[in-house]
Amino acid sequence: MWAIISIRVENKPGILFKVTHLFRSRNFNIDSLTVGVMENPEFSKMVITTVGDEKQIVQIVKQLDKMIDTIEVKRLDEKKTVYKELVLFKIKLSGSSDSTEINKLANTCGAKIHNVQKDSMIVELTATPDEIKAFEELIRPFGILDSARTGVTAL
Amino acid sequence: MEIMNGGKALMKALEKEGVKQVFGLPGGANLPMYDELYKSNIRHILVRHEQSAAHMADGFGRVSRKPGVCFATSGPGSTNLLTGIATAQADSAPMVAITGQVPVKMIGRDAFQESDIIGMSNPCVKYAFQPRTPEEIPEMVKKGFYIAETGRPGPVLLDIPKDVQQNEAEITFPEEVRIPGYHPWSSIDITDIERAINLLLSSEKPIILAGGGTIISSAFAELQSVAEMLMIPVVTTFKGKGSFPENHPLSLGPIGMHGHAEANKIMTEVDCVLAIGTRFSDRSVGTFEEFERNLKIIHMDVDPAEIGKNQTAQVAVVGDVKASLRIMLKLLVKKAFKKSEDNKWLKHVNEVKDYWRANLKMHPGEMSAARILRKLREVLPKESIVTTEVGQHQMWASLFFDVIHPGTFFSSTGLGTMGWGFPASIGAKVARPDVPVLDIAGEGSFNMTENSLATSVLDNIPVIVFLVNNFSLGMVAQWQRTFYERRMIGIDLKNCPDYVKLAESYGAQGIRAQSLDELEKAIKTGLSSDVTTVIDIPIDPEEDVLPFVAPGTSLKEMILPS
Repeated sequence: MWAIISIRVENKPGILFKVTHLFRSRNFNIDSLTVGVMENPEFSKMVITTVGDEKQIVQIVKQLDKMIDTIEVKRLDEKKTVYKELVLFKIKLSGSSDSTEINKLANTCGAKIHNVQKDSMIVELTATPDEIKAFEELIRPFGILDSARTGVTAL
Repeated sequence: MEIMNGGKALMKALEKEGVKQVFGLPGGANLPMYDELYKSNIRHILVRHEQSAAHMADGFGRVSRKPGVCFATSGPGSTNLLTGIATAQADSAPMVAITGQVPVKMIGRDAFQESDIIGMSNPCVKYAFQPRTPEEIPEMVKKGFYIAETGRPGPVLLDIPKDVQQNEAEITFPEEVRIPGYHPWSSIDITDIERAINLLLSSEKPIILAGGGTIISSAFAELQSVAEMLMIPVVTTFKGKGSFPENHPLSLGPIGMHGHAEANKIMTEVDCVLAIGTRFSDRSVGTFEEFERNLKIIHMDVDPAEIGKNQTAQVAVVGDVKASLRIMLKLLVKKAFKKSEDNKWLKHVNEVKDYWRANLKMHPGEMSAARILRKLREVLPKESIVTTEVGQHQMWASLFFDVIHPGTFFSSTGLGTMGWGFPASIGAKVARPDVPVLDIAGEGSFNMTENSLATSVLDNIPVIVFLVNNFSLGMVAQWQRTFYERRMIGIDLKNCPDYVKLAESYGAQGIRAQSLDELEKAIKTGLSSDVTTVIDIPIDPEEDVLPFVAPGTSLKEMILPS
């Protein structure tokens, strides 16, 4: 089971370490993690996606909630949440038509084109993990030279 | 507002928290705070190893329910504290550990005696602070004490860089502090307690399982009233030992790996358990899946994260267990409920109890564990505080030493730290100088912190060490005999050192007791002495702790003495 956990913490040094350490010491997995300062700079928002059975996820939320540095811990309902992540793919350009085809795919999927070179281009997509996976399958035949993704953030 | 250095701000803040003494050992990075300790009214109790300082603070904290304070320097001083801090965390004991640190500018440069104690201690503290300016100290001390002693208690670390101790600043002492992410006590939901009562009343074979939380919350009277009103037998976890008088007709004693035979037997028959302040440790319940099979669990605990962690509860009551039990009592009184002593379940429980108390085979010989511990119970005043070390003697204490006055028995049950009992007994004696304090020890454990004899003698904190001496690391030896076909390795301590001479060399009293008469005399001598007494009691190294529930098995598979 996949779960999105949103954590509001005090914006102080060392808290990211404590949160990740909790996952390690309690034998939980982090699938992705994003952190950013909130509109009130006293707080940061962490969004963690994790995989586990129902009992484990309930336990993760409780252990996070028990941490003194966490102000609010919520397990987000996928259906009622906007959740996105940003991914960058560096795609190989072999034939002359590759660029046009990738452009078309990018347009259909709402991705942006950056840094077009003679033999490669970088495509940016902001989407859900499933949509990113689908897009990745579409561009895989061209050859993915490199990629980087931010992890899921959610509200 | 007053101008002072960080060290003085620390002492004033500690005094405001009512701290009368600290256990510690000075070094380079905490000299400025020691200089202010010199000028303050706080008593310093010098240890010979920082681990003992932490255990003393722990023992003080468990007995007084106020955080014990220990001091250590940076680097090895602070890492030596870690075992003691982890022990306090595992057993939810209130403690404030204060370490020196290298100056702020040197942090991260691998300076002499620098260690990242904030990072190292993270998984075994309830919270840790590192002030970067003297102004922050009073607020952090206040928050630290509040965090350490409220909700589920635990250790708090305050790591103070040397320049922060030295530098002067305008210091104010806050009256109140705000910790927005900390909610130590939940408000108790009465409907949960009503559901708990209904479940208990509708079950045919109920039991109460009292854990360490019952002792931390001092819910002794409440526990006894609920048990008597509902006429439900009481078992405890090992940590909960002594939350209920063990000579009470409803008491069956501890369950678990070395629980009482009758307690483990009955535990496998029950259909409903009211579990109070326990985390269902594997040592108490055996295999988790087998324990909860066919069992309805009502779980009362102050820590919401304990609900559902190891066992699935049908009814969960989150909140202070003393308060929860009080509400339960009120509701029972309202219902005018009183169960008769004359019920089928209780009759059966008593039959099982009588059978095992009469028929459990004992190890032969005058100085068997059961006989020496029963002798101790006979001679030691009931209000005495008892600590234990970790190993066979500890489990024999669980089996054969009945705790009559609730809340007088303490042990390192979670982390299982050998060497805890003796320094903890010194801390306990500081908290309760009015009662005798005794450490039931094994010689393997006592070896680890025996240099605390110096502290107990020089600082006039007399305790008794009841040294059950089988010349070996007995519990390991037992496991090698039981699970490794007697391939004995690393367990023979070869009667070294001589504990009578060892005690004497520290200025303590050493007595060897080789018969029950000598033992009785020795205990009485210890009780009437104003100096620490070590009673060396040689026993048969082949004696096992039985009954025994092997690790990874269920309570049903208990091994009995043959």
